[in-house]
Amino acid sequence: MISISSYVIVAAVLFGIGTLGVLISRNIIILFMSLELMLNAASLAIIAFSRELNVIDGHVFVFLILAVAAAEAAVGLAMVITLFRNKETLNIDRFNLMKW
Amino acid sequence: MSEYLFLVPLFPLIGFLINGLLLGRLPRSMIAFIACVSVGLSFILSLFLFFGLKAMPPEIRIVEQVLFNWIIAGSFHANIGFMLDPLSAVMIMVVSGVGFLIHIYSIGYMRGDTGYGRYFAYLNLFMFSMLILVLADNFLFMFVGWEGVGLCSYLLIGFWFEKKSASDAGKKAFITNRVGDFGFLLGMFIIFWQVGSLNFTEVMASAPQVFVSGGVLITVTCLLLFFGATGKSAQIPLYVWLPDAMEGPTPVSALIHAATMVTAGVYMIVRTNVLFIMAPDALMVVAIIGVVTAFYAATIGLAQNDIKRVLAYSTISQLGYMFLACGVAAFSAGIFHLMTHAFFKALLFMCAGSVIHAMSGQQDMRYMGGLKKYLPITFLSMLMATFAISGIPGFSGFFSKDEILWKSFSSPFGNYILWAVGFITAGLTAFYMFRLIYLTFYGKERMDEKTKAHIHESPKSMTVPLIILAILSVIGGWVGLPHLFGFTNNFEHWLEPVMRKTNQIIAARRINEAVGETGIEWGLMIATVALVLISIYFAYLIYNKRTELATSLREKFSSVHKLLLNKYYIDEFYGAIVIRPLIYFSLFLWKVIDVAVIDGFINGMASSYDDVSGTLRTMQTGRVRTYATIFLAGVVIIIAYMVFY
Repeated sequence: MISISSYVIVAAVLFGIGTLGVLISRNIIILFMSLELMLNAASLAIIAFSRELNVIDGHVFVFLILAVAAAEAAVGLAMVITLFRNKETLNIDRFNLMKW
Repeated sequence: MSEYLFLVPLFPLIGFLINGLLLGRLPRSMIAFIACVSVGLSFILSLFLFFGLKAMPPEIRIVEQVLFNWIIAGSFHANIGFMLDPLSAVMIMVVSGVGFLIHIYSIGYMRGDTGYGRYFAYLNLFMFSMLILVLADNFLFMFVGWEGVGLCSYLLIGFWFEKKSASDAGKKAFITNRVGDFGFLLGMFIIFWQVGSLNFTEVMASAPQVFVSGGVLITVTCLLLFFGATGKSAQIPLYVWLPDAMEGPTPVSALIHAATMVTAGVYMIVRTNVLFIMAPDALMVVAIIGVVTAFYAATIGLAQNDIKRVLAYSTISQLGYMFLACGVAAFSAGIFHLMTHAFFKALLFMCAGSVIHAMSGQQDMRYMGGLKKYLPITFLSMLMATFAISGIPGFSGFFSKDEILWKSFSSPFGNYILWAVGFITAGLTAFYMFRLIYLTFYGKERMDEKTKAHIHESPKSMTVPLIILAILSVIGGWVGLPHLFGFTNNFEHWLEPVMRKTNQIIAARRINEAVGETGIEWGLMIATVALVLISIYFAYLIYNKRTELATSLREKFSSVHKLLLNKYYIDEFYGAIVIRPLIYFSLFLWKVIDVAVIDGFINGMASSYDDVSGTLRTMQTGRVRTYATIFLAGVVIIIAYMVFY
């Protein structure tokens, strides 16, 4: 039996990697993937606690998150394509028009 | 009949609305017709009201008509209400009668003017305000008329507003009047504070119980009211606007600045005579100011060259007589002189207008002369008016002026000094008036050829009012023939109901003082007439027979002449002590308080926001990763806080 803390540690590590990826990567696609990683880390934590506490709500939630994440990935990738068409680059630092 | 009282001011209002709202789009004849008819109807109605009032027994000769409540606030209430009593009956007849004649005269005088519709609209508005002033049954409603006539005066003085001197004169009149109005308002506040009402009948009825006779409060109230009167009626110290008001069209000078509006102060004092009689000290001030103004303005009138200015100073001087009468508690004599003065001074101004009209706008008497044969009707009318104002026996001014002089000597409030100054002023009056006559109508023709070729008698619409007023100037005084000639003084008798309380107080005082001997009265009258005749002879000598005398006299007394010609430098004096400091104070308020302090504060706030936000906005880098970092840092901090505290 794997203890709950193992799951949580894995989830935390995944979340940390994801966060780091968001913060330091310049490529939008990598940034996007890191974001997915963070989402999945959260899902993992939820489902682990759900099983530990023996309630069904966590499972339901995670299904919902997976469905939303799929939709979000479609929208996100579409946006990435649009951004690329506009600037011919995927460097996130070039997309800084929304400043003072 | 009395239920139609409100129509008296309403007719001119309708005339004003028609002419004012259509802004002179009607044909000229129509404009003049509407304006004249509206005032004419008021006059006819006034006559009917007068005879209606006369038919009533003297004790109940008072008609009040309240149209509706105007202001109700707690214990304060004011009505739109009219009051007709012997005093206001006289006033509405004089105002609408003289006003009607001047409207007719204006048709001819203003014929070529582009602002024809505007002129008649203002004139009608003036008639409306003036009739409100004399018919109002409470102080506040009277004040509406009081301000209304001030407004119309401003509008009409500045009628030719494209001329800077005219618009300046209008402002001067308005601002000077405002100073006086302030006193009137304060007086009104005290009355309401003490009596709890502003209705004339109620105030007069309860004043003897509320105020201590001769007390400080009543004296202050009366002085404040009188201060208001000095503004409107051009007395020292607020007379300076009236001579400048001559910038307006001449019929306006005749109507507003001679016959009606400037007498509003006298009317107001007579209306509140019960208050004044309870404040002997205030009465004394009124008498002194009146007689000093009369003398002072007459001396200035001696040296002026502008025909209208001479008449303006003469008006101030005659108003001084009226205040002298009020000051010695001879209120009916004051109103009597007000009435006769309205006739002859309006006539004088209208004749002057006729002369100016003939002279193509020339107002300086040094360039006139010999006009007698060109303008016979004007000359004769003006001569009648001059006889009247000088006090030639039989003419209207003689009776009223003599009444005032006698009362200033014999009244318990009068004394021989007041009489003596008034007596000398009568001589000065005759002198400057005949100087005007001789300079204008006699002697060499001093105008240039072009003007001379153009001289003509005025049209009928101007001469007919002159003739009517000339007749009134002669016979107008016969309504008040004195006791001395064996008549009962009808005019005084007519006003008796208004003065009942006052007369009781005077009668009570007279017990101790035995004045009023017939012999003295005859003596003073003869002395006055003699002085007047001598003055006329001197005027004849200096300005007609031996004109070189005028020059040599002027050189001999050049400093005095210069002082008089420059009106004692009062305008300069006021300029230095009032206007200049005000300008500097305004400059201080503008440059320091407004620009530096207020604007500085507001602009400082704005620019400090600008600086701060200019710094803060650099946080918006537009870089997603920066935002994400900050977001993460925030989350970490919040979680840390929740975990550790």
